[in-house]
Amino acid sequence: MSFNLSLKLISSIAFFIASAWALTPPESVTAQDNPNDAGQKILIKWTLSMDDSILDGYRVLRRKENETEAEVVGFVGRGRNYYVDENAIDTIKYAYQIVAVYDTITSPSTWSNYTKSSPQWIHTQRIDVIIFTLVFTFLILYFINQARKGQELFIRKIAGLLAVEEAVGRATEMGKPILYVPGLTGINDVATIAAMNILGEVAKKVALYDSQLIVPNTDPIVYTVAQQIVKEAYTQMGRPDAFKADSVYFVTDSQFAYAAAVDGIMTREKPATNFFMGYFYAEALILAETGAATGAIQIAGTDSVMQLPFFVVACDYTLMGEELYAASAYLSREPLLLGGLVGQDAGKVLIVGLLIILTIIGVITNLPVLKIF
Amino acid sequence: MKVRLPLILVLITGILGALPFIIPHRIAQNFDNEFRNSVLRIIAAFSLVLGVGSIVRHHIYKIQRRKENWEYSWILLVSLVITSIIGLFGGIEGNGSLPTRIGDFYFDIQTIYMHAAIPLGATMFAMLSFFMASAAYRAFRARNFEATLLLLAAFIVMLGSVPLSTYVLPKLPDFAEWILTVPNTAAKRGMGFGIALGSLATSLKIILGIERGWLGGTK
Repeated sequence: MSFNLSLKLISSIAFFIASAWALTPPESVTAQDNPNDAGQKILIKWTLSMDDSILDGYRVLRRKENETEAEVVGFVGRGRNYYVDENAIDTIKYAYQIVAVYDTITSPSTWSNYTKSSPQWIHTQRIDVIIFTLVFTFLILYFINQARKGQELFIRKIAGLLAVEEAVGRATEMGKPILYVPGLTGINDVATIAAMNILGEVAKKVALYDSQLIVPNTDPIVYTVAQQIVKEAYTQMGRPDAFKADSVYFVTDSQFAYAAAVDGIMTREKPATNFFMGYFYAEALILAETGAATGAIQIAGTDSVMQLPFFVVACDYTLMGEELYAASAYLSREPLLLGGLVGQDAGKVLIVGLLIILTIIGVITNLPVLKIF
Repeated sequence: MKVRLPLILVLITGILGALPFIIPHRIAQNFDNEFRNSVLRIIAAFSLVLGVGSIVRHHIYKIQRRKENWEYSWILLVSLVITSIIGLFGGIEGNGSLPTRIGDFYFDIQTIYMHAAIPLGATMFAMLSFFMASAAYRAFRARNFEATLLLLAAFIVMLGSVPLSTYVLPKLPDFAEWILTVPNTAAKRGMGFGIALGSLATSLKIILGIERGWLGGTK
């Protein structure tokens, strides 16, 4: 009660002071085209009023060139010294006025310069991304070219991929199927595309060993792509007759209904090997733990950092992050794809090198001893 | 042509998809929005027909071959047909031409979704906690040096999150926080670099037609 009274008292005193001595207006109001946008936006900046701490905020007014009538376009709270007018018309020039507001007392600034909005063709804050992408593209193309010339490229061993052959062989020996889960995202996700590439290689081995493959899908587009890939793999291995269209099918796009369906397949069919490749969400552990309980060899690969620990714990082998993307090159041993892989590593070396150099510069320039000079 | 046409399409759409990131102009942005919101939605709608066709075919095959638990396939097919009819003719909240109410009993598609699909999904999600317990047991067996480190780190983080631990070891929550924000974040960022580069390299290889696995391995 007494706290509310004190607040009212302070507010009344502030109002009395503000009425007795007029509010200081905001100063140096400037208007400019908002950078890096599609147009129709003007950025207004100003220096805060000296009475900023007691203000309700700032009212933003604008007027068109050759017109005297102004309109209110926005209001921002105290302490903020910029506003973006998002309703400008590109062909019209506008001037802006900022009005300091405290209750019924106002104090307007002078009008800003006239300016108009315009769209930009290049996002200047993303030029570094463009440069890096170009450098990275060059590195990949360079190493692909080297591979094309027949140069031997070193690729480190990935345990999870070395185990693919063994996993498919084990399923064949046991006479049990192989389950391949291609993640829960659509075909527009790079992880799903990587999963499709690996599926092609796995399907070739399955066709070769005359084993059985089950691919339940959560996305109808991924289902059609997966079916085509498996069919093509069987054809390439000279066994088109062994391909069963029913082995690749759509289940549902509902996350946990899909998890339930795949868990059902695992408990009913008891696959000897489970592959979990692609992007996964909370269902990752539900799938992997059920698979572990059925005694299957499990190979997982995902770029979902949140789900990786679950796969590491519940699966026999896990492809972590970029290893998922490297898998198809690793399995197919195609020189062009291996070249791309080496280019990718070169890009990583470049980034690590830059990080080390910039860290050293950062540490050295902030050493207290250097501030003496 | 069977191979070249998809490759040309991927090259064009790949470049058109990347350009709006660096071109803020409304021509590029509007085209991108139109493509994502209209064209891709139409493709997705058509693909749903393929999906439904696939699931119906799969379960009819199961029934015909009398495969294990084939009786459940009947439940799926009947449910699919009934919910489709209710959804198509009953309207979302029972405001369609098909009556979806008998007395106080509602069976419109919204009610079915809210009172059947969501609870069933939640039930599956709830099982996660039990799976976590069994996975934690598997992870926390100190079989080797790395597993022991994992066990120690997890033990400290868990203990640091319990308010009682501050009375025994006042600095423990800070140490647990340090484990999460320094070594854990460093590892995550390292992986992030690899994932970003791998993703960029894969995209480039697909756009340039070097990686063709998605085409079904066609050379």
